Amino acid sequence: MEAEASHPEPEVECVFKRPDALTETPLHYCPGCGHGIFHRLVAQMIDEFGLMDRTVGIVPVGCSVLAYNYFACDTIEASHGRAPAVATGVKRCLPDRFVFTYQGDGDLASIGMAETVHAAARGESICVFFVNNGIYGMTGGQMAPTTLAGQKTTTSPLGRDVSVGKTGPPIDMCKLLSSLPGVAYLARVPLTSPKNVRKAHKYMCKAVRAQLENKGFSMVEVLSACPVQWRMAPLVALKHIDEDVVKVFPPGEFVNRVDEKPASAGAQEKVAAPAAN
Amino acid sequence: MAQRRLVKGNEAIALGALHGGCDAFFGYPITPQNEVPEILSEILPANGRVFLQAESELASINMVYGAAAAGKRAMSSSSSPGISLMMEGLSYIAGAELPCVVVNVQRGGPGLGNIAASQSDYFQACKGGGHGDYEMIVLAPWNVQEMYEFTRDAFGLADKYRVPAFVLSDAVLGSMLESAAIPEEVPEVKPPPKPWATNGRNGRTERTIINSLYLDPQDLSDHNDKLQAVYRRIHENEQRYDTRFADDAEVMVVAYGICARLALSGIKLAREQGIKVGLFRPITVNPFPYAPLRELLGRMRGAWTFELSAGQMVQDVRLSAPERCPVEFFGKMGGILPPPAEVCERIKKFAETVHGS
Repeated sequence: MEAEASHPEPEVECVFKRPDALTETPLHYCPGCGHGIFHRLVAQMIDEFGLMDRTVGIVPVGCSVLAYNYFACDTIEASHGRAPAVATGVKRCLPDRFVFTYQGDGDLASIGMAETVHAAARGESICVFFVNNGIYGMTGGQMAPTTLAGQKTTTSPLGRDVSVGKTGPPIDMCKLLSSLPGVAYLARVPLTSPKNVRKAHKYMCKAVRAQLENKGFSMVEVLSACPVQWRMAPLVALKHIDEDVVKVFPPGEFVNRVDEKPASAGAQEKVAAPAAN
Repeated sequence: MAQRRLVKGNEAIALGALHGGCDAFFGYPITPQNEVPEILSEILPANGRVFLQAESELASINMVYGAAAAGKRAMSSSSSPGISLMMEGLSYIAGAELPCVVVNVQRGGPGLGNIAASQSDYFQACKGGGHGDYEMIVLAPWNVQEMYEFTRDAFGLADKYRVPAFVLSDAVLGSMLESAAIPEEVPEVKPPPKPWATNGRNGRTERTIINSLYLDPQDLSDHNDKLQAVYRRIHENEQRYDTRFADDAEVMVVAYGICARLALSGIKLAREQGIKVGLFRPITVNPFPYAPLRELLGRMRGAWTFELSAGQMVQDVRLSAPERCPVEFFGKMGGILPPPAEVCERIKKFAETVHGS
């Protein structure tokens, strides 16, 4: 004991830690699921932009229904698909707050399609963090609007039939929303490698800036693995995204009005300080 | 003191919202309540408040949910089919213990029905409507003055109990123009503090969460017990009703909203013919004034219930009536309003029946 006590405190530099915006509650997600990475990225946004004191997050129904246990910011649990409407209610009343929704593909592109499209059409100043894994994970692996052609799910046991008059082809939300002038930033990235995670981080920073600079609606879609419902090993699932899913959902920036030069020369927009509650 | 002037029912709702401290209104067009959002689209922004036309009633009620969660006084208005679309949202709002105000200017149903007056959404408003064990405070105005006052006061009731407060009116009340005293000045409103609001931590040590999900059965059971305790307090404290000609009455007409008004005209005609008939008008149809009605019906020969429905409130009248007091129902559907003379004749006939028994 004495010998230990005589040692000096080791100098340790913290190079990686849990973001402050994530609580210490253990995540409930399945092995190989992308939600953990995406949660961390969202929390990093809150930390890096110093937004904790003025963030309101809206979480969905689906696998991430319990996300309010994980984010350390104020959080509202929305009903299925309605997160953009709930976010609109918050943002319109508290325009200086940072408001984001976190939604899956069933939530955002099926039951909540109208809320998604109209929030984007209004140019609602909110960030939508969209997890596309092409399946209903929470309810047991049913077909989603983003399920690939031929993909077997519990409600398309013979594989999704995308021929005319059947279930239709998967919906490309980035392409669909990119026609709307209210959209300030729109990008898609697969969450499959450290490199792509860094790219997601870069895109998400721009989405956050879109809101902080009052440029309009922003969304980052991540292509995320669901090994359990895809009936794939985690590494196989990642390979499937990189080889097959990206062909249907091409990654990249679809709309970027964040990096556009402001019309008035040299006008560096400043982020407003949070107002008192 | 406010000057009396001619005011339309829907305008009175809009002014009640402004004067009740409504911070944000979200709505979708539907007849016969369109003047409410039309007027609010002008006067709310002019007073520094939020108005937004949503893409649907589903979105409207969820915007209300968001604004209420943010600690603001939020409201929507609609008519029957649109209110049906809001039922999911109202269940979530009730489950998450959020205050809000919703107005239903009732029209005919089921389905698309028509745009004439109806009282066929009583069950929907008073007995649930959405899923789960929840209740709303439901106020039923019978004139334009009350359209104003009840909408205005609904915000305070909603905040007091953290429940949705609901104004149950109809197409006639919404569309009619009559004299009402509404102050010109917008009063200063001080809502109670809302430490539970999700409005950004702003230095708070603990985060706030607005939620209605309780996966553990014991947790959900406890949460429901808490909600039920609130509803019991509402039933104890907030019952409101009105009586006319009750002192010497032998027969009681029970009616609410526009029907109570029609009934009163019929009662006056019947009184001219020597029939001792009175009126009991529930003002809060939830909490329903069971005990006062039971006491009153204890000394009556019978109760005659009149609604613009196939018979909804009559179930609560039957629950209130002592066994020896017969309850008869008269209903009109489709938007047909019987003239006072017909109401008088029916009251007379009922009075004769119960006198003979």
